Amino acid sequence: MLLEGRAEGDRLVLTAGGAWIALHAQELETMIDSQMAGEGTFRRVEIDMGRIERLDTFGAWLLERLVRGWKSRGAETNVYRLSSVYQPLMDEVRHVNPEAADQADEEYAHERALGSIGETIATVGYTVKANVNMLGATIAAFLRVLRRPRDFRITSMVHNIDNAGWRAVPIILLITFLIGAIIAQQGIFHFRRFGAEAYVVDMVGILVLREIGVLIVAIMVAGRSGSAITAELGSMKMREEVDALRTMGFDPVEVLVLPRILALVIALPILTFIGSMSALYGGGLVAWLYGGIDPDAFLQRLKDAITLDHFKVGMIKAPFMALIIGIISCVAGFEVKGSSESLGLQTTESVVESIFLVIVLDGLFAIFFASIGM
Amino acid sequence: MNGIRPPAGMKEAVIKVRDITVGFKDKLVLDHLDLDVYRGEILGFVGGSGAGKSVLMRTILGLLPRREGSIEVLGTDMVNADDETRRAVERRWGILFQNGALFSSLTVRENLQFPVREYLDLPERLMDELVVAKLEMVGLKPEARHKYPSELSGGMTKRVALARALSLDPEIVFLDEPTSGLDPIGAGAFDELVATLQRTLGLTVYMVTHDLDSLHTVCDRIAVLIDGKVVAQGDMNTMLASQIPWMREYFHGKRSRVYQQRAMS
Repeated sequence: MLLEGRAEGDRLVLTAGGAWIALHAQELETMIDSQMAGEGTFRRVEIDMGRIERLDTFGAWLLERLVRGWKSRGAETNVYRLSSVYQPLMDEVRHVNPEAADQADEEYAHERALGSIGETIATVGYTVKANVNMLGATIAAFLRVLRRPRDFRITSMVHNIDNAGWRAVPIILLITFLIGAIIAQQGIFHFRRFGAEAYVVDMVGILVLREIGVLIVAIMVAGRSGSAITAELGSMKMREEVDALRTMGFDPVEVLVLPRILALVIALPILTFIGSMSALYGGGLVAWLYGGIDPDAFLQRLKDAITLDHFKVGMIKAPFMALIIGIISCVAGFEVKGSSESLGLQTTESVVESIFLVIVLDGLFAIFFASIGM
Repeated sequence: MNGIRPPAGMKEAVIKVRDITVGFKDKLVLDHLDLDVYRGEILGFVGGSGAGKSVLMRTILGLLPRREGSIEVLGTDMVNADDETRRAVERRWGILFQNGALFSSLTVRENLQFPVREYLDLPERLMDELVVAKLEMVGLKPEARHKYPSELSGGMTKRVALARALSLDPEIVFLDEPTSGLDPIGAGAFDELVATLQRTLGLTVYMVTHDLDSLHTVCDRIAVLIDGKVVAQGDMNTMLASQIPWMREYFHGKRSRVYQQRAMS
């Protein structure tokens, strides 16, 4: 029996036995609670721990709780015959004060609820500031490099063009080809009802050159190269490589950020061009095989439908999107704190944020070009 | 030194490793190694970097496969035990990994309650109170329990990890380089904490360490691993008296001169 009670007038004698350990903690707690729930008022409570076989933290805490419970009811409480082996443990447990901790907790809870709202708002502000800061630092570094072209890390930039540009070509070709083909197929399918299949060429041409080409490529680059940049810079930050650079008198923006952003600014328009061509090719192929518009007719129609303006609109947007992707992924990389968890978090954030901003920017450009009549 | 030492002749080996061989591909790390750890002692386990100290610990814990030999923990043959029996033993040991190995997505409180939830069915209130109690035991304030591991300093991480290792009130605690990465004051405080907890809870402690200070102040017994075998075991004086070259260098090197002086005075 773990705990037995016997009332003797205004005296309660509790006899404990067995193993007061984690395994029996639940049983013990129920007993102690029911013991405390009893009506009787006692002046003295005596707890005989003589027959305890084992006692661990769980048991010690429950005993302490029992003692405190009776004491708070004004009973004189006495624990006796507890083996001296367990005395240090009881002394340890005596200092524990969960109520005080709970109170501190409740104050904390209110702060936390409000805190998280404030924190989110502050984070948005902070991110905007950090990005604008990085833009400024990059431009400053670019101007410095223009004055001293020898300092420019051309190797790093070429390496990054290779990574973000050349190696992205196959996947960009494939995806834009498919998108072009799908647009053409959908167009033919629906335009056929009005007998207006020929307009598919106009639609594919304008849509791809103005919007889809650059947008798909920018989103691909954000997912592919933006995340890579964040992960690279983030792991450098984690291993204090960025600090090492700074202490050697290098500007991390000049050494790490500028080559990457320039590489993106160069690679993205090229990829956009390649992607747009591939999409037109896909559209043309589907128009021929599915819509019965032969390639000669497709090209003739395309020539009539699009002007150089459509092509320019798409290409002008590309470097700006590259800049946004580059800035955001570099800022996210430098935001990485010590843990690898934060690296993963920042990488996700970098991709989500750059895709979002790329689309917002595209919308702004659409308004701009519409108002200048392009 | 410290701790409740069983009377001579009545030593109970809680960990019994016999003839254990562990290797990776064609490299033999542990070569027919024998080791006993007795109830209630603090055993310091030393050896050069890459000598296989952690390998032995991980083999005992069942994290690495062994090639030959037997491992007995708390009277259970761990090699042939079924899952249920293994779990019963795992409930009775706690491990402090070198970098804490706190679950980064859980708060300190959730980290401490994680094993408790798994093995015991306790009411929330009791579990919360016990978190406060365990944090108190490892010398932390209750406020720490709402923090995430990334918000803790190195010393605090170690303390929380120790509290988690102790959350089920184990009989054996494995410590993998508990003082590495701590400053001497922090390391000293941690050593003291281990000694106090060992006394309070009657623990058996298996400590892999490089810290001569720890070996000197808290360990009851030291075992030395060289070339895949335990070549020496005993107290500090036995270590200092040894003629094995590696041990002479380790215990008599420049960095340990202080201890010899201290041992002599």
